[in-house]
Amino acid sequence: MNTKKLAGIATLAALITITACGGGGSESSPSGPPGASGPAPSGDAGVSKAQMITAADITLGDIDQAMVEKGRSIYDVKCQACHSTGTNRVVGPGWKGVTERRQPEWIMNMMLNIDVMLETDEVAQAQLEECLVRMPNQGLSKDDGRNVLEFMRTL
Amino acid sequence: MKNSLKLTVGMLGTAGMAFLLMNSPGCRPSTTKTAVTGDAASRVYVAPGTHDEFYNFVSGGFSGQLAVYGLPSGRLLREIPVFSVDPESGYGFSEETKGMLTTSHGFIPWDDSHHPELSQTDGVPDGKWCFINGNNTPRIALVDLGTFRTHSIIEIPNSAGNHSSPFTTGNSEYVVAGTRFSVPMGDDASRDVPIKTYKENFKGNVSFIHPEPETGKMSIAFQIVTPGVNFDLSHAGKGPSEGWFFFSCYNTEQAYSLLEVNASQRDKDFIMAVNWKLAEQLAKEGKGKRVPGKHHSNWWNHHTHSTETTVYEDVLQLDPKDHPGLVYFMPCPKSPHGCDVDPTGKYIVGSGKLAALIPVFSFEKIQAAIAANDVEGDFGGIPVLKYESVLHGEVKKPGLGPLHTEFDGNGNAYTSFFVSSEIVKWNVEKLEVVDRVPTYYSIGHLMVPGGDSKKPWGKYVVAYNKITKDRYLPTGPELTQSAQLYSIDGDKMELLLDFPTTGEPHYAQALPADLVKPREVKFFKIEDNQHPYVAKGEKETRIERNGKEVHVWMTTIRSHFAPDNIEGVKLGDEVYFHVTNLEQDWDVPHGFAIKGAANAELLIMPGETQTLKWIPTKVGVVPFYCTDFCSALHQEMQGYLRVSPANSNVPLSALTVSVDAEL
Repeated sequence: MNTKKLAGIATLAALITITACGGGGSESSPSGPPGASGPAPSGDAGVSKAQMITAADITLGDIDQAMVEKGRSIYDVKCQACHSTGTNRVVGPGWKGVTERRQPEWIMNMMLNIDVMLETDEVAQAQLEECLVRMPNQGLSKDDGRNVLEFMRTL
Repeated sequence: MKNSLKLTVGMLGTAGMAFLLMNSPGCRPSTTKTAVTGDAASRVYVAPGTHDEFYNFVSGGFSGQLAVYGLPSGRLLREIPVFSVDPESGYGFSEETKGMLTTSHGFIPWDDSHHPELSQTDGVPDGKWCFINGNNTPRIALVDLGTFRTHSIIEIPNSAGNHSSPFTTGNSEYVVAGTRFSVPMGDDASRDVPIKTYKENFKGNVSFIHPEPETGKMSIAFQIVTPGVNFDLSHAGKGPSEGWFFFSCYNTEQAYSLLEVNASQRDKDFIMAVNWKLAEQLAKEGKGKRVPGKHHSNWWNHHTHSTETTVYEDVLQLDPKDHPGLVYFMPCPKSPHGCDVDPTGKYIVGSGKLAALIPVFSFEKIQAAIAANDVEGDFGGIPVLKYESVLHGEVKKPGLGPLHTEFDGNGNAYTSFFVSSEIVKWNVEKLEVVDRVPTYYSIGHLMVPGGDSKKPWGKYVVAYNKITKDRYLPTGPELTQSAQLYSIDGDKMELLLDFPTTGEPHYAQALPADLVKPREVKFFKIEDNQHPYVAKGEKETRIERNGKEVHVWMTTIRSHFAPDNIEGVKLGDEVYFHVTNLEQDWDVPHGFAIKGAANAELLIMPGETQTLKWIPTKVGVVPFYCTDFCSALHQEMQGYLRVSPANSNVPLSALTVSVDAEL
C-alpha cells in the first residue's frame, strides 16, 4: 500500500476544503477531472460530515423481505453494472459477505456519501487504489441505501 | 468624434464606407491604451474556481446557436445548440433530437439566430427560459435554463425573415414573431403571384406565441395581418403601457427590388402600436378567421428524452381593418431599427438607422392622440397618428446611425451608433446626451443586464460589434466576432474588456447568476426515464432483430458498455444503438462513437437514453468507444461489433464477458 500517496491526497483535499470555505463566499466546489484520483466535484456538493451515517442511525433486525426486494430492484438498475453478488470483482468488489467484512454505516456512507469517503476514509481510498475507478454517486436516498443494505445481508 | 457628425445622411449607406471614414485621422476613436483605465483588469478578473456575477446569453448569429458567457470575465461557458445541428452533442443527429429541427419544409439543420430574450415575471427576467428566433426558416425556440437545452421550437407560418422576434410580454404570456419579408399568404393560388404585385398581394404579420407556463410547449395564439412592410424589431409595453406591443417597420415604400435605394425614399416609416390585450380578447371571442398555415411545434420531453411534434394546418388571423382600435401606426424618422421601451413604460424609443436624431414617443400622448382621433391619414386602412402629437421629444445630434437602446435603472438610455461607432448615454426625461464612448468597431446591438426590463440591474453595458479587424491575433480572412464590456457604474462609461464571440452576435440578455443557478438540473433520474428503449440496468440490455432493423439496448457506466461484443449484424441492416447512461452523478456524460458512422457521436447525459442509427458498409469487425473521458479506465471503454455478409447465418448475440465471471 502506498501510504505516501494517500497522505498527499488527504492533504490536498484538506487544503481545498479550507479554501472553498474561506474564499469570499463563493459557492464553487473543488474541481478536478472526473475519474482522477484527486478531489473531484461532488454530485451533492452540500454533503458534509454532519450528514454522514453513524452506527446509531442503523438498526439491524430480522431480514425484512420487502426491503430486500426493494434493494434488489435498486441494485439491478444502479449497482449491478459494477458489482457482482458473488465474490468476484467486476469494476468494484463483489458483494457476497460484504456485511460481514464492513460495518453497516461504512457501507451506507459508501452508497450515499462516496465523495466524503474517498476524501477521508482510508479503507475507501485503498479500494480506489485497487479498482482505479471512483465509485459513482448513484443518487440514492437514505431509504434506498438502507434497502440495498438489507439486500446485501442476504448475500 | 465630433467630426463624424458632419457626415451627411447620404453617405451612410455602407458599412465599408463607414469603416473607411472611421479610420481617417479626424474620426479615429482614441486608442486602446487611452481608452482603458488602469484598474480595468482587476474589475473583470474572476479568480480560478470562482463564478461570474452574470450569465450573458448571446445570439450565435449565423451559427444558429445561443452562446452563454460569464460577466464580467467574458468567459465562454457553453454554446447551446438551438437551430443548427451540433455533432459534439449529437443534437440533430440522434434519432430523438432530429425531430426538434423538423418543419413543414422537412428537416432544416441550420438557421440564423438573432435575438435572445429571457422570460419575465412582472416585467423582470426570472431565469426560467431564454427565447431566441430563427430568422431564415421562421422559428422561435425556448431554451430551458434548468438544463441549458433547447426545449421547444415552433415554426411560424405565413412568415419570412423572422426578425422582430422573440420579444416577450411582462409575464411571458406571449412572445412575438414578426415578418421581415412580407409575402403572399393563403392557398397555393393566392401565393403564386407576380413579385411586382407586392402592394396588392404581399402581407406582413405579427404572431403572438403562447408558451405553456408548466411545460414550455408553444402554440400560436393569433397573427395580426398588416400591409406589406418590413418589420424590424419590437418590445412590449410595461407599467402604464402594459398590454401594448410596439414594432418598428421600414420599407413603407413597399419596394420589392433594390431596397437599399427604393426603401429609403420616405422621410419617415412607422412604429406600429398593437393593443395585444384587445387582440387576446378578440381571439377569445372567436373573432378573426383561420387561414392556411401549416407549421410544426416541436417539444422535448425530459422523461422520454425524445421530441414530440404537433403539426398544425392553419392559424388564427386578425385583420386590423375589421377591428378598430387594434393597431396604429406612428411615423418614425428614416427606417427605424431598434424599438425599445424604457423601464417606466412611459417612453418608446425609435432608432432610425438613417436618422441623425432619436425620437422618443410618449405612451400617454399616444393614448391621448387615439382618444382625440388625432390622425394624419391611414396606411393600408390602419390609422396613422400625427408624429408631433405622440412625440415626447427628440435627442438632437446624438451620433450617426442609431440602432438600439438599452436602459439602466437611473433614467438613462444607452444607444448604439453603428456609423459613428460609439455608445451614447442620454437622459430619457431630459433628452440630453450625458456621455459617449467609442466602440471597436461599428457596434450593432448592445446590452445592459436587465436593460429592456422594468428593473435593469445596470452595472455594465456590452457592445456587440459588427467589425473586428485588428482587435485580436489575426486568423486569416475569417475573424472572430468581437464584444466589449464597459462599466456604467460611474458618470463616465469605461471600457474594461474585449472578448471574442461566435457567429455574429446580435442581441443579448444578461441576468444575475443567482437567479439561474438554483434551477440547475445535474442529472436525469433513471427512475423517471420513460424512453421506449431504455435499459434500466444491465439486466435489461439486449439485442433484437425486426426484419432489417437491429435494435441494441445498451448501457454505459464507468467504464464499460453492456453489451460490448455484438455479432449477427449483416450488410443491409440498419442498426439502432439505444444507449442509456446509468450514471446518477453530475458531470459524467458518456460518449458513443462507432467507426463509419455517417452522422455524429452521441453524448449521453446521466440517466438519459439516446439513439444512434448506424448502417454497416463493410464486412468485418467494427469498434465503438466512449468519446468523453470518464475515468482512469476510460481508454478501456470500448466494444466490438461483427458485421457479416447479407446471407450469413451468424446468430444475433450481444454480450459483456468478465474474465472471472462467477455463477
